[in-house]
Amino acid sequence: MVVFSKNPINSVLFLIFSFINTAGIFLIAGAEFLALILVIVYVGAVAVLFLFVIMMLDLDVNQLKGEIKKYYKVGIPIGLTILVEMGLIIFLDPFKNESAFLNKWQVNSELSNTERIGEVIYTDYFYHFQISGLILLVAMIGAIVLTLRHRDYVKRQNAEEQIMRDPDRSVELKDLRIKGDSQ
Amino acid sequence: MTIGLSHFLILSACLFLTGVFGIFLNRRNLIIILMSLELLLLSISINFVGFSMFLGDIAGQIFSLFILTVAAAEAAIGLAILVVYFRNVGNINVKEINKMSG
Repeated sequence: MVVFSKNPINSVLFLIFSFINTAGIFLIAGAEFLALILVIVYVGAVAVLFLFVIMMLDLDVNQLKGEIKKYYKVGIPIGLTILVEMGLIIFLDPFKNESAFLNKWQVNSELSNTERIGEVIYTDYFYHFQISGLILLVAMIGAIVLTLRHRDYVKRQNAEEQIMRDPDRSVELKDLRIKGDSQ
Repeated sequence: MTIGLSHFLILSACLFLTGVFGIFLNRRNLIIILMSLELLLLSISINFVGFSMFLGDIAGQIFSLFILTVAAAEAAIGLAILVVYFRNVGNINVKEINKMSG
């Protein structure tokens, strides 16, 4: 649905749908923290960003007709191959003996999921955490620098000019002659 | 019916295939390609969480968190480049985007 819908806005909505479904699956798997982060970060921020950009770009929907037919020759063999491989994996089911691990794991854990993540992320994965913060900073600066543009008609503050200003050059004394004054 | 690791892997593979097809079959809109990339990263994240549950190790979830970080940064940068490109060119057809080089 994300891929095949004609209107980009519909595909963004389907993207949000699949993200929320994934958050539910994470909840089932016992990863509560990641599920909530997924909802907050993706549905709250990234999907809204996509929506803003689509509406800002204001595309012509009719112009964007798909040209899928050309790629059938390449696509069908690849698709069949992957389908056969997936079918083999599903029917052979190599992990069959390892099923029902979820209940076993959840009973054993005493701390909650968030506490366990917090316990590890500030100790073992401290540098990874810092680097991910750095990545976000670089992304923020990059996005601002890319999209910022200077317009001529917008007055901007010139700090150097303000600091270097002194009264001798900026104040001028003038003699006023009042009308009717007889000297 | 209990949920095993293979269910996670199957779901993740389906999502990954959807994303790959979205990239390959799409020749009209760059935004949909970016969304397909998000789908790919999401499927990898499902894989990480599934294995993390399977092995009882929390490291998988932490890497999934890092994947979320990188995906958010990538979406921001990609959309910024897209906005600048649209401002300069006027459309975002993938066919004509090779003008960007040089």
